[in-house]
Amino acid sequence: MAGSSVPVNLAEAMNVTPVSAGDWLIVAPSLITLLGGALCLMTRKNTQAQPKLGLIFLVLLVAANIGLLARVLDKGVITMVMGNWLPPFGIAFTVDALGATLSTIASIVALCAGIYGSATVDTSGRRYGFYPFLLLLMTGVSGAFLTGDVFNLYVWFEVLLISSYGLLVLGNERPQLDGSVKYGVLNLIGTNLFLIATGLLYGMFGTLNMADIAIKVAALENGASGTLATIAALYLLAFAMKAAAFPVNFWLPASYHTPNVVVSAVFAGLLTKVGVYALIRVFVVIMPGARDYMADLIGVIAIATMITGAMGALAQGEVRRLLGYVVIVGIGSMLAGVAVGSPLAISGAIFYAVHSIVVMTALYMGAGLIGMMGGSFKLRDLGGLYGASPAFAAVFLILGFAVSGLPPFSGFWPKVMLVDAAFADGRAWLAAAILVSGFLTTLAMGRVWIYAFWRGGPEGTADGAVVAGAVAAGQTGTLVLWLPLAFLTALVVYFGLQPEAMLQLASRGAGSVIEPAGYLRSVFGGL
Amino acid sequence: METGVAVLIGLFFAVSVYLMLSKQIVRIMLGIAILGNAVNMMIFTAGRLTREVPPLIPEAYYTPPVTTANPLPQALVLTAIVISFSFFAYLLVLAFRAYQELGTDDANEMRVAEPENEQAPPQGY
Repeated sequence: MAGSSVPVNLAEAMNVTPVSAGDWLIVAPSLITLLGGALCLMTRKNTQAQPKLGLIFLVLLVAANIGLLARVLDKGVITMVMGNWLPPFGIAFTVDALGATLSTIASIVALCAGIYGSATVDTSGRRYGFYPFLLLLMTGVSGAFLTGDVFNLYVWFEVLLISSYGLLVLGNERPQLDGSVKYGVLNLIGTNLFLIATGLLYGMFGTLNMADIAIKVAALENGASGTLATIAALYLLAFAMKAAAFPVNFWLPASYHTPNVVVSAVFAGLLTKVGVYALIRVFVVIMPGARDYMADLIGVIAIATMITGAMGALAQGEVRRLLGYVVIVGIGSMLAGVAVGSPLAISGAIFYAVHSIVVMTALYMGAGLIGMMGGSFKLRDLGGLYGASPAFAAVFLILGFAVSGLPPFSGFWPKVMLVDAAFADGRAWLAAAILVSGFLTTLAMGRVWIYAFWRGGPEGTADGAVVAGAVAAGQTGTLVLWLPLAFLTALVVYFGLQPEAMLQLASRGAGSVIEPAGYLRSVFGGL
Repeated sequence: METGVAVLIGLFFAVSVYLMLSKQIVRIMLGIAILGNAVNMMIFTAGRLTREVPPLIPEAYYTPPVTTANPLPQALVLTAIVISFSFFAYLLVLAFRAYQELGTDDANEMRVAEPENEQAPPQGY
């Protein structure tokens, strides 16, 4: 070979020290779910074994994520490059406190959904791949949270998108096909916008590594130059579509209520938050100049998202559709944090994302139980559930308070932080919108609780009367349904009463994205 | 050559947006197919179009001595083509199934998930 005469110094191009055993945890979440998804797919005809196999891998996923989070908290940001090529040439997985926290919470929620789904997904749903799709969805979600490469982020988005398509049509009902067409088309356009922006970003900087781009953006003389502003605007539109921000969020209320309720629970918990995470990653870490430049625009989008979401929730008479709009309110609150951009605001947004993942999943699980016990999802037909199960009424009330941001539950603290940060930044309108949307959400959730639980029976029941048989006998759910709901509710109460641990995690996450020195050092070594 | 292709890409985007603004699902699907191609061509062109110059670096150099096409965008486009093609195939099947079940390909009439003239939620408490 001609090259053999030239002395090759591998250390200049490759990471020659072997990856330490603990750092393999960085890719473990994606690998575990990919492997689990493949195994579940191969055995999908064995419908008895499906839940067991799926749950084993989901438990492994939670364990890997907790290990990863512990390692990140212990060692700071950690990086692993594929094929040992030094960054920016090798595709990097870079995990900071933000990514590890969200990945851990997401895996816990997915495990809860896997347990819940073992009772609500029927044999045909299992045969057509509920568990493979759920595991592959988690491959995409984990990959998106843990990757350090923009194009790789796009690929993970597509992985989770194609799995979500599969979950959404599982069951093949007419409303599902209708909702899936809208969800599918609009989300595909969103990812195409993401791809355009990524292509232009590569054209501008010649690199796809997030840390490398961040350094090159910071070195630009004019941080808000025309090309960069165009790229940032495309990213904003793409991630706003993914996160369901107004006015590109109509796919969410059109589709989220159509599939099996456990699928809605997973979607409401995870998918939109991946969009918000990507927004934080790109706008706060990679191009902070563009975030400053567009802060007012993001603020207006946040206000519109919160207010239209809350009013949409008030206008719904169907529990699952109402919850779809409540998801949107939460997205607006997180965007408010991005619009303000101070460390307090970003920690608030991160805390809110964690809270929203847990509480929205729990609420959809609760809605599933409402539908099972009351025989309908329509507020007009519901009633008398308090008599059937006072404990469930209490759980749903807690979740309703939490999602509205009332103390002492998990939604309260992030809202306090966001309102405080908005005032400190002189954005009183943003603070007002957070509070007003919280009030309107309280009304909407209060209405659900009063109609479904508090009154004696369906519409037409006289005041004070209790209709016997409003709940079919024996329809109070099994332990498999109650266990995940109770666990998630316990998390909500825990985050509300003992917010200290979560606050520290959130502020570490915010610190690592606002001052990305540790992030850059982890990728490029001693800078 | 890049200029000509850039104009073509602009035309592709215009056509795809026009088709996607239609209310017929079939036209929206065609718009999506063209959008995917427009995006792929854009990334491909952004990596320079040069013929017959392999992106090889001679021994004594650190960068290519002549201008070559950047191979990385071409690798990215390969990924993106596979993804957009598979998504398009899936969406076509989905749209056909929806047409079978709903009996229409008019997006305005696809109101099964969100029915028209729905009863308002109960007012008051």
